This record gives sequence, structure tokens and C-alpha cells, in this order.
Amino acid sequence: MTKATSPMRRLALLLAGLLVSAAGFAAGPALDLEPANTQLGNRAMMQRGAALYMNYCAGCHSLQYLRYSRLAADLGLTEEQVMANLAFLPDARFGDAIGVSMSKEQGTALFGKAPPDLSLVARSRGVDWLYGFLKSFYADPTAQTGWNNKLLANASMPHVLWELQGTQEARFATSDDPRAEPVIEKLELVQAGVLSPAQYDAALRDLVTFLEYAGEPAALKRQSLGVWVLLYLALFTLLAWLLKREYWKDVH
Amino acid sequence: MAASPNPATPPAKGLVGWIEQRLPIFSFTRAHTSEYYAPKNFNLWYYFGSLALLVLVNQIVTGIFLTMHFKPSAAEAFGSVEYIMRDVDWGWLIRYMHSTGASLFFVVVYLHMFRGLMYGSYKKPRELLWVIGMFIYLALMAEAFLGYVLPWGQMSGWGAQVIISLFGAIPGIGEALVEFIRGDYLISDATLNRFFALHVIALPLVLLLLVVLHLGALHTVGSNNPDGVEIKKGPVGNRWSADAPADGIPFHPYYTVKDLVGVGFFLMIAAFIIFFEPTFGGMFLEKDNFVPYDPLVTPEHIVPVWYFTPYYAMLRVVPDKLLGVIVMFAAIAVLFLLPWLDRSPVRSWRYRGGLYKLALGIFALSFVWLGKIGGGPGTDPVETQIGRLLTVLYFGFFVFLFVYTHFGFEKTRPVPERVTTHD
Repeated sequence: MTKATSPMRRLALLLAGLLVSAAGFAAGPALDLEPANTQLGNRAMMQRGAALYMNYCAGCHSLQYLRYSRLAADLGLTEEQVMANLAFLPDARFGDAIGVSMSKEQGTALFGKAPPDLSLVARSRGVDWLYGFLKSFYADPTAQTGWNNKLLANASMPHVLWELQGTQEARFATSDDPRAEPVIEKLELVQAGVLSPAQYDAALRDLVTFLEYAGEPAALKRQSLGVWVLLYLALFTLLAWLLKREYWKDVH
Repeated sequence: MAASPNPATPPAKGLVGWIEQRLPIFSFTRAHTSEYYAPKNFNLWYYFGSLALLVLVNQIVTGIFLTMHFKPSAAEAFGSVEYIMRDVDWGWLIRYMHSTGASLFFVVVYLHMFRGLMYGSYKKPRELLWVIGMFIYLALMAEAFLGYVLPWGQMSGWGAQVIISLFGAIPGIGEALVEFIRGDYLISDATLNRFFALHVIALPLVLLLLVVLHLGALHTVGSNNPDGVEIKKGPVGNRWSADAPADGIPFHPYYTVKDLVGVGFFLMIAAFIIFFEPTFGGMFLEKDNFVPYDPLVTPEHIVPVWYFTPYYAMLRVVPDKLLGVIVMFAAIAVLFLLPWLDRSPVRSWRYRGGLYKLALGIFALSFVWLGKIGGGPGTDPVETQIGRLLTVLYFGFFVFLFVYTHFGFEKTRPVPERVTTHD
């Protein structure tokens, strides 16, 4: 669940959540996801997340619906800052969408399936899933890349953030049935990374906040605007009600 | 078109009079607003008709602006929607108003229809009014389905695949019909392009025509009311007109100003969704639809949007495909027959037998519960059994209604001569 940034949004989430769960639409594989606690609108987080994204993700994953210029405006950065620090493609221009140097063919040859564009991944997967996914890589000698993922078994993506997180190994639950699929009980950090586990979680929170922003840049604007729209409508409704009461004095 | 001449309104002079003599639009407008007498006892349930009209206008206006930027091609549709969401000035607002409006359209239409069931608004002389309304509902479902395909996400494409393939269950012509609808051997650019044409021009024209007929029929027979009292048969004469029903009040200004309050409340709910939770937790805009349509990757669950799920549940719980399709369409078709299945002389449930109220409650519950089942993954066998029971209860309502009223089992209470309350 996204961290509520305003009381209005918290209420909206609560109402929607109630309705959705009451209607049973939450059905599906029961994934026990840890909340990502993203903070959409927190510029420092989005800026750090953008830096992480450009350094670790943008080599393979484009953001084809997000322009550098839009990124600069929304994150409070200048054109020079963005083009010098966040745009790594040699021919990237400020008005361009964020692309990748890797072609689809190269991606397919390397990973079996070209790495997808991530513009909308926070909307299709949800921020909690992304957060969980990036925490769930473990070393797996049988996998082609040497990495596997607890949340998305046999993911073709390697653990690109391993130097930050360190290396996790899977501990399997013991089963009486020798033919049963091994079930991962937990992941254990066997080799520390540059960041402590708490720092790594915070870094992921920044990254996922940035992806949430990238999924819907308008979200920054719509919530602050929505408060004014609702205030206006409340006033309108009050006036309409007073008008109605006045007119209906005639009706007996 | 000619309105009944009102002695209180002298013939207009000047430009208005000149136009009026050649095209009586002023008297026509008056006849349908300030000289249309509606019962004075409308309650909360009577807001949804005008709200449906408001949503229709919203869909048309926002739709026009979306059409200016949307690209109806398989290669560009998904990207053009994101272009609207990001690069078009206020595009995100227009798109959310359109997508939220689609769902709220069904909310108000379902409540409007339920109002008809509560107060017997389909009964003589309003049978045709009800039937036209049912045609509006049908056209609306088609319009919503076509519109959902346009953003060309995973649920658009796969939803279209499932719904269109239903026609394949028709023996003999099924496969040819499916190909005719798709315009191709599979869901493709041709399908999207024709769905766009149907969504932005063909069905809106049909809808508008039906709405005009619906209002025309309404103003011919007059509005029903929560008491089910026929005000035209009651005493005559009120403070506005000597020959209008005593229990009637001019629609304008009394109901226009009252509906304005309803509009205010409704817009607050709509704005709340649009600005704070536009996907409505994945119910109004599904998560899978943020992934471009890929004919090679099937989504885990293919589920239609919430307003279709009761019928989708019926389709799924019936073991045979053709039978399932028949049951699903019959569930809608049987509503057309309601005015002739219900033989009770009493309209409003306020004065009808206790069993009618119970049956209507069970009917509404089974519809909502089926909606819940239809929106789920459909893998629980117990739920499937419950779904079958609910389907039987849904159709059972109509059987019960006919037997209960045709053979005189219903014990009704006396209907008052005049409307009882107003708020």
C-alpha cells in the first residue's frame, strides 16, 4: 500500500479498499507483500530514485513515456543537471523520452526476452510488488544469470543491485515428500553489500517512489488540485441546497 | 411538437414571436420544463435519471477531446493514451473524467432501474418507457465494451477476445459471425479501428436517439412517484395552472433546482474518485490494462469491468458454453418482459405484498453477489455452486412475480388517493 500523503488520499484509499475487498476483487494469489511506503511528491526521494534508476536500470529498461524535460520539471532539476547526471545515451536530447542503448534484438539474445519498458510498471504491478521483487533476489547457481527471485521464480533478470544489497541465499523448508517442489522458507544475507539492510530498503523505497512517479506524473498535480475542486463543489452544493430550500417554500 | 396553449402565456411578440410562428421552440421548451408537471413527492431515488443525462453529456464532451488525440491503430493506441495522460494539457483529467464517468454511468443506471422496480414504474401506461430504457441499457453495455477495448491494454484485447468469442457459441453461423465482428482472423488492428468507429459515432447516435425517445415517452405518460399514485387521475388545479394535476409541480424550477443539489453531491463523489483514486483500486481501470495488448501472453485472470460481472458469473457457472451464453443473454432479455410478467394492480412496493418486497430484496442481493463472483478468479467450486443457486434465484424472481400476481396470491394494501409526502 502506498503511503498516504494527504488525509484525503488516505480516505480515498480506505473507501476504495473497502469496496474492492467487499466485492472480492482482491482475489488472486495471496502474496504477502510488505508495504513499500513510497512517498509520491517527496522530491528528495524521487531525485535519489531517479539517480538509482539511471545508474542501475536504464541500461536495459527504457522509460519511453517519460521525457527528460518532464523529469526535470517535476523533480525540480535544471536541464544541465539532468543532461549531465541522468542522461547517459550519447545522442539524448532534453525533449526526448528516456530510451536505452540496448536494442530489442540484443536484449532478446542476452535474456531470452527483451527487458520491458518500465514507464507503467508501478501501475501494472503495484509499488509493493516492485519493492518486494527487488528485495527477493537470491544466488542460484543453476540459473543462467546466477540469480533467481523468490517473488518471480526463474526471472530472467539478474540482481543488478547486488553490490548494494549483497548476496542472499535461499533457505528451503524441509519436506517429508521427496517429490514436492522445494519451498523457500526465507532468504538469508550471506555476504554484506555496500549498504546495510536498512539502507538498502530506503534506497529501494526511493527507487520505487520514482517509478510510481514515472507511472503517472500527473498524480503530483491531481491530488493537490483535487482538494480545491472538492472545496468548490462543497460550496456549490451548499448554495444549490439553499436555493432549493428557498424555491420549495412554495410547495405544500 | 405543438404544446398545449397556456392561457397564462400570451402570444409572444417581436423576434421571439416571429420565430415561434415558424418553429415553436419556445412553447416546446416551456411544455417540457415549466409546464411539465411532475409529482411533488419525488425522493432520493429520483435523482438518478437526471444524473444519467449529466454523465452522458460528460462522456460526449470528454470523448470529443479524447478523440482529438487518440490514435485508433493497434500500433499507436496504447501510446496515444499515455500521450494524453502525460503530454496533452489537462489530458489526464479529461481521460479520468471519461473513465470514471463510464463506471459512474452504470452506478446511476443500475440505481435508476432499481427505482423502477421499487415503485413499479414499468407498469401501465409506462411499459414502452421501460422498454426504451432497457434498449438504452443494452446500447450502454455495447458502448462501454467497445470503449474498453480502445486503450489496447492486455485487458482490452483479451476482454474483447472473450466477449467476441461468445458469439462463436451460436450453432452454424458462430465462427463466421465472430470473424465478421473482428474483421480479421484474430483480434487486430481492424477490430480496434471498427470498434473506434462504433464507439465514437454509431452507438452515441443510437444512445442519444433512445434518450430522446425515453424522455418523449416519459413526458407523454408523466412521471411515476414513490407512492405509485397516478397524479393525472387525481384532482385537478394547482397554484400554477388550473388544469394541471393538483399533486404536480412545474419541473422547472422546482425539480431543476432540486436536481442541482443532487448534481452537487454526485460531482463531489466523482471528483473524489477522479482526483484521489482514479483507478478505484483496479475496479475502474484494471492493473493489467497498463500493459500493452500482447496476443501471445494471456493475463492470469481475464475479468470484465465490474458492471458486467453479474452476467459474466452466470456465463461461467453454467457448464455448457452455448447454454451459458443463452442464460447470460436471457438474464437481460427477461427484464424487457417485466411489465407483462408483473400483473399486480399496485405499483409501489409501499403498498404491495410482503413477499414481493422479500423477492425484490433477494433479486437485488443475487445480482450483487453474482457480480462479486464474476469479478473473482472463478476457481472455487463452492463459489460456482453458490453462483448457480444465485442464477436460479435471479430468474426465480420473474417466475415468482408472475405466479404471485397472476393467480392473485398477493395481498396488497390500499393505495392512497393522493401522494403522501414530499421532502
